[in-house]
Amino acid sequence: MSGTSPTRRDVLATSAAVGAVSLLSERVAAQDNTIRPFKVNVPDDQLVDLRRRIAATRWPDKETVTDPSQGVQLVTVQQLARYWAAEHDWRKCEAKLNALPQFTTEIDGLDIHFIHVRSKHDNALPMIVTHGWPGSIIEQTKIIDPLTNPTAHGASAADAFDVVIPSLPGYGFSGKPTAPGWTPVTIARAWATLMQRLGYTKYVAQGGDWGNAVSEVMALQQPPGLLGIHTNMAATVPPEVSKALSVGGPPPAALSADEKHAWDQLDDFYKHGLGYAQEMSNRPQTLYGIADSPVGLAAWMLDHDIRSYGMIARVFDGKLEGLTRDDILDNVTLYWLTNTAISSARLYWDTTQISTGGGFFDVRGVNLPVAVSAFPDEIYAAPKSWAEKAYPKLIHYNKLDKGGHFAAWEQPQLFVEEVRAGFRPLRKSI
Amino acid sequence: MSATSPMRRAVLAIAAAASMVTFLPGQRAAAADGNEIRPFHVSIPEEQLADLRRRIAATRWPDRETVDDQSQGIQLAKLQALVRYWGTDYDWRKAEAKLNALPQYMTTIDGVDIHFIHVRSRHPNAMPLIMTHGWPGSVFELLKTVDPLTNPTAHGGRAEEAFDLVMPSMPGYGFSGKPTGPGWGPDRIARAWAELMNRLGYTRYVAQGGDWGSPVSSAMARQAPAGLKGIHINLPATVPAEIAKALNDGGPAPAGLSEKERAAFDELSAAAKMGNRSYAAIMGTRPQTIGYALADSPAGLAAWMLGHPGFAAWTYDSSDPEKSPDEVLDDMSLYWLTNSGTSSGRLYWEYAGRSPVFAGPEMTSEISLPVAITVFPGESYQAPETWARRAYRNLIYFHEVDKGGHFAAWEQPELFSAELRAAFRPLR
Repeated sequence: MSGTSPTRRDVLATSAAVGAVSLLSERVAAQDNTIRPFKVNVPDDQLVDLRRRIAATRWPDKETVTDPSQGVQLVTVQQLARYWAAEHDWRKCEAKLNALPQFTTEIDGLDIHFIHVRSKHDNALPMIVTHGWPGSIIEQTKIIDPLTNPTAHGASAADAFDVVIPSLPGYGFSGKPTAPGWTPVTIARAWATLMQRLGYTKYVAQGGDWGNAVSEVMALQQPPGLLGIHTNMAATVPPEVSKALSVGGPPPAALSADEKHAWDQLDDFYKHGLGYAQEMSNRPQTLYGIADSPVGLAAWMLDHDIRSYGMIARVFDGKLEGLTRDDILDNVTLYWLTNTAISSARLYWDTTQISTGGGFFDVRGVNLPVAVSAFPDEIYAAPKSWAEKAYPKLIHYNKLDKGGHFAAWEQPQLFVEEVRAGFRPLRKSI
Repeated sequence: MSATSPMRRAVLAIAAAASMVTFLPGQRAAAADGNEIRPFHVSIPEEQLADLRRRIAATRWPDRETVDDQSQGIQLAKLQALVRYWGTDYDWRKAEAKLNALPQYMTTIDGVDIHFIHVRSRHPNAMPLIMTHGWPGSVFELLKTVDPLTNPTAHGGRAEEAFDLVMPSMPGYGFSGKPTGPGWGPDRIARAWAELMNRLGYTRYVAQGGDWGSPVSSAMARQAPAGLKGIHINLPATVPAEIAKALNDGGPAPAGLSEKERAAFDELSAAAKMGNRSYAAIMGTRPQTIGYALADSPAGLAAWMLGHPGFAAWTYDSSDPEKSPDEVLDDMSLYWLTNSGTSSGRLYWEYAGRSPVFAGPEMTSEISLPVAITVFPGESYQAPETWARRAYRNLIYFHEVDKGGHFAAWEQPELFSAELRAAFRPLR
């Protein structure tokens, strides 16, 4: 099955019918800058096939411990599978996505899928928001209306945004690169091209996870028009701390309470939680099983970090927390239907090829204005002291009291308030 | 589906019908104390084989790797060829026949069913030897050494070099039971192996292993159970502390290394930089997480097993019987049919994903029994003799051979067997 080809066909059909799209693009000779409307429409037989595979799952035996220390627990995955096969409705997710203006455009030879919602308010601040792994544009669907239509959500028209939410290369409905080289460096350039192609001359960028890497690299590249960035997974780890982490400790002396807490979170992640990233950084292709097994894919995606896993496990156990079962399965199903388990993992591999040896959270040397929101259940809550050193132009820092790795998805209201507050200082420069 | 229950039933039926089990030499009062040794035959129901073929045919493949080499992992075309063969012309019944041609047994030790092959030599005074496989191996790795070791006169050896062979499946592997609680690391397996040898009536014996078989055999040597006379290992833990530290810190090689030490350092350093132990990193921390895909996808399991660096040099050229896809698929089928992709991975978790090549964590200084080492050129590192002598104070044999790799017994059974004969000669 080719996950994207039916939708590709839809796109072509749609774009043929919509002559208006060419008005949006600045055509350059021999380069196709067309922006084509996009709708999601997964054929029924793919959904039937998915349910059939879930029902036919062969399970491993139960973990030999009574906690998550061996990974995603059997009871959680079985609860997930039961709900996935019996109750989850992909068509609802599809309808949510199709209620939003979606497009594709080719950049550097690759189809980039994106959501683009313009605010009705004048002087809305254009913002490109980038998801991460194991996320997707679905992480960001809840923040679109509050950001573009603030007056309907108790905020001022002066806080309005136009939002552009692309799918990373190899993710969701974007194309899958067929050659190496798509890293945050190339993605950051592609995003600048995208914003330019959309006609934006002044804009900001936002992200967590890979979205942070992409946004920070954009800030390093300083494309014309980029005013600053907001991050919910700031890379602030000082060199001496990064070095100590990489060799397994001990922590440097004289850490403050917040710094010691960040150290403990990172140390635990490096010692026990980094396995998936190591595998994807070194041998993404070897993970054939997550392309072939829906439950294998779901388990792999659930194990991103111990606190988001804990939250997801509680959700499938019937507790009400940041995400719903449908939220989680919308995202897993998107990966399944587009067959992007491996292509998404290659972002780790490609980035490893250009790594200079530092950690994912190492300071990059960003000189543009940066706004930071530190959510407590993130892989680590970036301390203000580290953020101030990492970002000489720190325009906003706030330590939140709830929310985790998928902040926009888990705590959309808090997240939106953070983004509004974070970028407020940059609006006067528009 | 429970992969093992039909076989379990078969075993019980056979054991009930076969009273000859009580004639097993050295067996102590059976049944009452739960120490009985039951004959075992492999007989996988046809429906499981049909299910496997059906799943293979329904494999959903990812897109091709974006490079022209193995740097992103197992290449699509290579895996597709192997898996296609697995689903069509490969015959599990031949693998089953290979196992069933050997005397196999089951006995319960420390609450877990232990499956083992037990072949006695016809030669008197044969030396009892317990050999332990590794991951992603199984008893299949060791089968080709059975005749050379038990019947040396047919393989250029002498009658007085014969071995009686005991080849168990580790807990969570193959036809052995799956532990339901934690704690089954090499130390506990080692104690179980000593009990097994004891139960078989052996009072003087030796132990051998590569891969996981090395930490298990070394743990036996540390524990020094009554009767154990020495061990032979082909993945020794020789890396000294200062080298381990330099590797961990990603630093340069310490000064003053000999040529061979420097080569070993460079091999280990390059392997770390290439991420060769990523599979161990995830199984060492989250075996259950990767386990779901391994339990549900034959292609996923095959790729995961092929991802072990020990397979990287193999070509699956069926014109070369030593590198036949059938052998690799015997092993993969065993993992699939016993649904032990997840349970086998837990051994890494028990070890916290640690590499078994470092002398310090392996506590080699606590081994006073005789240790013999053969260094195969395709192994993950070439242990230098200088390091081996530092790590093992009672090193009775050290030999570098010119062919063979990580799966030495599987790849070079004659050479491997000759090494064992030579290595254990002083202990007879």
